[in-house]
Amino acid sequence: MKRHLLEAADLDRADATLVLDTAAQIESALAGREVKKLPTLRGRTVVNLFFEDSTRTRISFELAAKRLSADVINFSAKGSSVSKGESLKDTALTLEAMGADGIVVRHGASGAPHRLATWVAGSVVNAGDGTHEHPTQALLDAYTIRRRLGRLEGVRVVITGDVLHSRVARSNVWLLHTLGAEVTLVAPPTLLPVGVGSWPVTVSYDLDAVLPAADVVMMLRVQGERMNASFFPSAREYSRRYGLDAERMARLSDDAIVMHPGPMNRGMEIAADVADSPRSTIVEQVGNGVSVRMAVLYLLLGGPA
Amino acid sequence: MTVLLKNVRPYGEDAVDLLVKDGVVAAIGADLSSTAQTIDATGLIALPGLVDLHTHLREPGREDTETVLTGSRAAALGGYTAVHAMANTDPVADTAGVVEQVWRLGQQAGLVDVVPVGAVTVGLGGTQLAELGAMADSAATVRVFSDDGKCVSDPALMRRALEYVKALDGVVAQHAEEPRLTVGAQMHEGDRSARLGLTGWPAVAEEAIIARDVLLAEHVGARLHVCHVSTAGSVELIRWAKSRGVQVTAEVTPHHLLLTDAQAEGYDATFKVNPPLRTAEDVAALRAGLADGTIDAVATDHAPHAGEDKECEWAAARPGMLGLEQALSVVVDTMVDTGLLTWREVADRMSVRPAEIGRLTHQGRPIAVGEPANLVLLDPTARAVVDPAALASKSRNSPYAGRELPARVVHTLLRGELSVLDGKVQK
Ligand SMILES: [Zn+2]
Repeated sequence: MKRHLLEAADLDRADATLVLDTAAQIESALAGREVKKLPTLRGRTVVNLFFEDSTRTRISFELAAKRLSADVINFSAKGSSVSKGESLKDTALTLEAMGADGIVVRHGASGAPHRLATWVAGSVVNAGDGTHEHPTQALLDAYTIRRRLGRLEGVRVVITGDVLHSRVARSNVWLLHTLGAEVTLVAPPTLLPVGVGSWPVTVSYDLDAVLPAADVVMMLRVQGERMNASFFPSAREYSRRYGLDAERMARLSDDAIVMHPGPMNRGMEIAADVADSPRSTIVEQVGNGVSVRMAVLYLLLGGPA
Repeated sequence: MTVLLKNVRPYGEDAVDLLVKDGVVAAIGADLSSTAQTIDATGLIALPGLVDLHTHLREPGREDTETVLTGSRAAALGGYTAVHAMANTDPVADTAGVVEQVWRLGQQAGLVDVVPVGAVTVGLGGTQLAELGAMADSAATVRVFSDDGKCVSDPALMRRALEYVKALDGVVAQHAEEPRLTVGAQMHEGDRSARLGLTGWPAVAEEAIIARDVLLAEHVGARLHVCHVSTAGSVELIRWAKSRGVQVTAEVTPHHLLLTDAQAEGYDATFKVNPPLRTAEDVAALRAGLADGTIDAVATDHAPHAGEDKECEWAAARPGMLGLEQALSVVVDTMVDTGLLTWREVADRMSVRPAEIGRLTHQGRPIAVGEPANLVLLDPTARAVVDPAALASKSRNSPYAGRELPARVVHTLLRGELSVLDGKVQK
């Protein structure tokens, strides 16, 4: 493993597989234990540096660090998601002075974790940066797929929704490709990046056409403000063309699964009965997130102190 | 002051002696002798002093990042004898008062001719014409008008500006960027922006404005200058407009001749600039356009910024790069060493044409007896690694840090006075 986890695109097949295998080992080591805690990172300090609100992701990382017996500091710098001037560097130097071994950073600006990594000696884990990447989300998604379907090689994954603004989609595209899955992106052209043609994916504008062949359908959150900016005409039209409802779900093959990184807009990109169906892995993804983040922290920080 | 330059090679041609006296070239010949200060210029190439159409000097308003004096030093060290100071200062150079202030500061510095550019619209607001005539009639004798940093995007206002400056023998220098197509833009729109998750600045946002503006310039019969052309499509449009006889000129920056959007990898905001660094294909088209004269001039877009405005998140960083001190080296690297331009053509693109576009009668003149002694002498064989800490500019945001570049400016003469001697600025 490299020193930092900045983007899924950085992970080669061996490293990505190592993370998934380590997560599985950690999970079985903790299974059945009363105290769900390993002593691995005792004496290490992990800082959760969140410039952007995300209670779910922060708690997941916090739990992961605590289950490895690390000291955890939550540092919220809300309101400065794109901060002017010295603040990001100043914060980095402060954390450096405090002796942070690991910094988990969520930031509204793409590339902020990359900058941070140039200023600190500790390991940096990207917990979501702007519209760039969210690598641990992709790792937990891959972990979830592998657990449900038993493999990743050759698995056909359809990712649907606002790819343009989605760091989850970006991370999944690269990681799933690295791990041998076949990815199809489905969205209106307004929600696909201009350079998408150079990605290792198939692109479609037609969800119905690609559903029958899919093993995995991953729905992305669509933000209301995209509607006001005319990325699509209306929520209703979007939902009709790109939403996953029971009727569409019925076109899926029998063992195909439905994923969503959350939080969901029920009734917009995903219907409530789909989200709550046995095909849905949405709750499972949350639990797997802790295991995968434990594996990442363990692999980055677990060496001799 | 009298200076005898021994064995200098004008335009890279055969070595001669050059006697400079009372601000003009007094004699050119073999084995001239004089009691004056004698400089051994063996191996050095002489070109007319460089003229920059596009410099941000930051005074008034951001004297912490550059002043007219520090910018003049950087310019002289880069071989420049005249620079056009862009209008996006604070306050904006949109009145006779501000342009005269900048002009006077340039006179006091005395290292290069500082030629103020006047804003096209009040406060760069894009809604009301500034007093263009008053600026033209002022001591600063403004001939270039630009809202640079912003595009004059209202087509009716752009038409009026083009029409109005005709009476002033002026030119509108347009920062071509359709603002509705670049909302939130951070870098060139393409493969890399998609992967890096940075909002794209599409080539068409530049090209759409150039297409519109050349049609407007043709319609009203006025002079248009296009700032920092950055895309292959823009070069095509300008080539087409010139073939129709439109009075359009264009400039390209050294950084757009050398660097690509690959520099955005790693998110080092030193490389954030507007317009953004483009693709290798665009770079090739820009070089070809400069070589065949479609692009008239090299202009630096020298844009100093404070450290905290660059050492931050890419999205929060201010766009812009230093350019004055390395411009000639970058042109040698990309255009001369590649065989695309001769030294005489370098003089044309970096001195003669910019002076003509800016209507500077005493700059961009040939190296000939009786002509003003504005000269740069460079060593074409030198190579050096760029060290930002060693720059004369007050700021350090050089995109060439750590890069080895060819050619070194050794001496610069402004009206016969040495502004730079042996690589050292004289004031
Ligand atoms: Zn500009």
